[in-house]
Amino acid sequence: MSVIAHADRIQAPPGAAVRRRKSFLRRRSTVAFFMALPLILIVALLVLYPASYAVYLSTLNKTMERFVGFGNFLFLFKRDSFWMVVEQSVIFAVTAVLFKAVIGLVVAHFVHNLPAKGQRKWRGMLLVPWVIPPAMSTLAWLWLFDPSYSAFNWIFAHFGIDPVPWLGNPYWARFAVILVNVWVGAPFFMIMYLAALKSVPDQLYEAAEIDGANWFQKLWYVTLPMMRNIISITVLFSLIVTFANFDIVRVLTNGGPLDQTQVFATWAFRLGIESNDIPLGASVSLFMFPVLAFAAIFILRDINRRGNEA
Amino acid sequence: MAEVKLRQVVKMYDETPAVRGIDLDIADEEFVVLVGPSGCGKSTTLRMIAGLEDITGGEIMIGDDVINDVPPKDRNIAMVFQNYALYPHMSVFENMSFALRLKKAAKDEIRARVENAARILDITELLDRKPKQLSGGQRQRVAMGRAIVRDPMVFLFDEPLSNLDAKLRVQMRTEIKKVHQKVRTTTVYVTHDQIEAMTLADRVVVMNGGRIEQVGAPGDLYHAPATKFVAGFIGSPAMNFIPCSLEEAGQGLRIRLTDDIGFLVPEERAGRYRPHAGSGKLCLGIRPEHVLEQRSQLEPNQQVFEVGLDVTEPMGMDTLVYFRVNGSEVCGRVNPNAGARPGERMKLVADLNNMHLIDDATGKVL
Amino acid sequence: MTTTAQTYAGAAPSARGGSITRNRRKVLILSYVFLVLFVIFFLTPPLYMFITSLKTSAEISAEVSPWWVFSPTLANYIQLLTSPVYLTFFRNSILVSTFVVAITMVVSILAAFSLARMKFWGSATLATGVFLTYLIPDTLLFIPMFKTFAFLHDLTGIEFINHWWVLVIIYPTLTIPFCTWIMIGYFSSIPKELDEAALIDGASYMQLLTKIFVPVALPGIIAAAIFAFTVSWAQFLYPLAFTTSTDQLVLPVGIVTTLIKGDVFNWGQIMTGALLGAAPPLILYAFLMDYYIAGLTAGATKG
Repeated sequence: MSVIAHADRIQAPPGAAVRRRKSFLRRRSTVAFFMALPLILIVALLVLYPASYAVYLSTLNKTMERFVGFGNFLFLFKRDSFWMVVEQSVIFAVTAVLFKAVIGLVVAHFVHNLPAKGQRKWRGMLLVPWVIPPAMSTLAWLWLFDPSYSAFNWIFAHFGIDPVPWLGNPYWARFAVILVNVWVGAPFFMIMYLAALKSVPDQLYEAAEIDGANWFQKLWYVTLPMMRNIISITVLFSLIVTFANFDIVRVLTNGGPLDQTQVFATWAFRLGIESNDIPLGASVSLFMFPVLAFAAIFILRDINRRGNEA
Repeated sequence: MAEVKLRQVVKMYDETPAVRGIDLDIADEEFVVLVGPSGCGKSTTLRMIAGLEDITGGEIMIGDDVINDVPPKDRNIAMVFQNYALYPHMSVFENMSFALRLKKAAKDEIRARVENAARILDITELLDRKPKQLSGGQRQRVAMGRAIVRDPMVFLFDEPLSNLDAKLRVQMRTEIKKVHQKVRTTTVYVTHDQIEAMTLADRVVVMNGGRIEQVGAPGDLYHAPATKFVAGFIGSPAMNFIPCSLEEAGQGLRIRLTDDIGFLVPEERAGRYRPHAGSGKLCLGIRPEHVLEQRSQLEPNQQVFEVGLDVTEPMGMDTLVYFRVNGSEVCGRVNPNAGARPGERMKLVADLNNMHLIDDATGKVL
Repeated sequence: MTTTAQTYAGAAPSARGGSITRNRRKVLILSYVFLVLFVIFFLTPPLYMFITSLKTSAEISAEVSPWWVFSPTLANYIQLLTSPVYLTFFRNSILVSTFVVAITMVVSILAAFSLARMKFWGSATLATGVFLTYLIPDTLLFIPMFKTFAFLHDLTGIEFINHWWVLVIIYPTLTIPFCTWIMIGYFSSIPKELDEAALIDGASYMQLLTKIFVPVALPGIIAAAIFAFTVSWAQFLYPLAFTTSTDQLVLPVGIVTTLIKGDVFNWGQIMTGALLGAAPPLILYAFLMDYYIAGLTAGATKG
């Protein structure tokens, strides 16, 4: 220490002092940079590089020897099965997210109504679908939907209802895929909304009550506006995750019957890995990108706005 | 033990100056308080001494060493923070011994020093507790204990009492003073509370707008403020400022407040004030405790005037009376039995031995 | 006068209080009824897994109620837990998850400390960028990754595809961005004076991290670790694409690809396997529910 101090006392010209200080500061940010370096490397090498590599791959022919530009995309546009996948992906994502959000909101309200003591165990039970690995729980659904032994159909039979071809009929199969997705995802919405509900101060409801608001008006004018941020960010998150969903469709229907439940992710897997046409698979998976970018822009805007408010 | 010297110390945040070149010599064993309104640069100055802020210009010396580029841990200082900054996951003992443990001091020495510090602060029985289990006052003691254990050359206090309630604050104030008398370490103490500054300091440094307004013993600042800012900042209730003009009146000088109210300047000050006679904007400064009820026996330079009272505030020991003179609200401090009633006229006495004449243009006390 | 005031004060709230209590009770009963329905909906599949796992193949195909076990047996559990193949899946899953959690925690704690506290040129942009990479789904990355590893094989001669440890390289891309993001939130909530006090006390940046930040933010670290574990345990797409040999598979893929053979589904075993596969995250959740939920909600409420 005394050595440093001594050196300092000798340095008379102000220019020298400025230079020393800069190096002092730079040392600190160098340490910081090296601490963040593993993160930077992983993100750059294993996320950003593959993402851009996907774009390059999509411009090659099947054997990956020739550059075909937009050839893969033009090929896709001419195929009916591609447009079917687009349609199914959009129906699947939009319907599932809508139901997840509504069910999540409703259940969150019911839990919020309970006395604080009992909330914990209800919340604990309601979150179970989210905790089980989706591939595992989808197996249970697959068994519940079994063509010959469906436990649901067994119950229906008691009420005189004909057996439902859960996974055999295209419409029922679409319904089943969405149902399982809602089952997995609704608890997540519930838990987020519950956290948001708890952050609304009680005085606001009391004030609204004094102003003569009924329960619906309280919901519409107090709860929902206060939760707007959380609702929008969870919906956007879920839209991305649902749009990119793979596990459920893969295990439940594997795209069938007749590719009617195929979504981008499962179809890209079928083409890219199983049929070994990597460029075509990459092209299909890239169609998830617009949705992703759209959601990302909104989320980013939200983050920035919150940053400015803070 | 060491002295601290600041030489033309400047701090810029980007282009905004926070400290605009201050010089200060703090003697060994001295207790110096930096006081001023928020944003005056007092905390920044302290943090530059601690090494938590870079110094944009000038030099800071502790002992004989320039410590501008020395990291905080090598400056041999200890700091007590406003929110105590106790490590929440460590017991009181671990908190106090953290610095020594980082230095890999011997176990016996650590124990001895912590126990000694604990004895000074009377927290021996708290050593095994976690900060969460302590009251505000106890946390404050532990924070001080952590500083004492290190046996530094300089103690730095950053508004250490601001998070305590009023009663505890007074108590801890005395405690800090006692500790300083025991350990006699050079201390730099930052506060926005002028009473804390007056009661604790050997010397008070009043800062404003990144500059030092005045340095002096508490009594000097009270009786002989150098600027209007210091005059108004030190003392409670604050000094009254009344716009006035200075006129020749025969042999002497007269301070004219309104058509009805004016005072003769005490003879010994007449010479000092004469050059300002008839000049622009002047201001009479007089503390409430020097505006009294009329008494039968007037001392020299005590002069009577009469005003209509707006508000009276009984304080018990005194009653504060408020009235307006020449557009300014003025406060006086009278005997509770003097019969002051709002809305009524009252004869008061101004003690001009303790008056100040201020040049409004420069803000200097003449 | 005092008396009347008291009677009024006493009477009015009790009358109104009565209707409020009655209203509350109605709402409460309604809430319970609906919650019971939702709990049935949410818990049916795992319960049905459990019911089926206790059945023999004979009972499964018999004409009896599928919702009840008439002759419970642990045969499925014994069979699976003594089957070397299944135990290999388990071992692979545990190895992969442990390594991924360790790597994730080291990388994201270092990065979060750096981004939340030390700052360097571009660190704010990087923090936002990290969050955005969390949004890039695995389903977009697996094809180029597959190709990259094939290319690396040609280059180095190391076989990446079809080894369980390749998952240890890939999974951190799923866990690190989110964990870093929530750790930034936890670290930012630590008062700045605490690091200043530690710096004055003589701590280096590394000591500041290990002796102050890590212990103080321990709840956040546990939450992040739970997140990393559940994500790596449940991941399905990458192992399906990157591993094929039975001895390299992890649990979810192993169960789906090896227990489901052709048209002869042994549902008792499949359900047992799935239930055992779901057990580690469920057990973790049961014991550390508060940390689990804190980690889940931290991403949206912080930052």
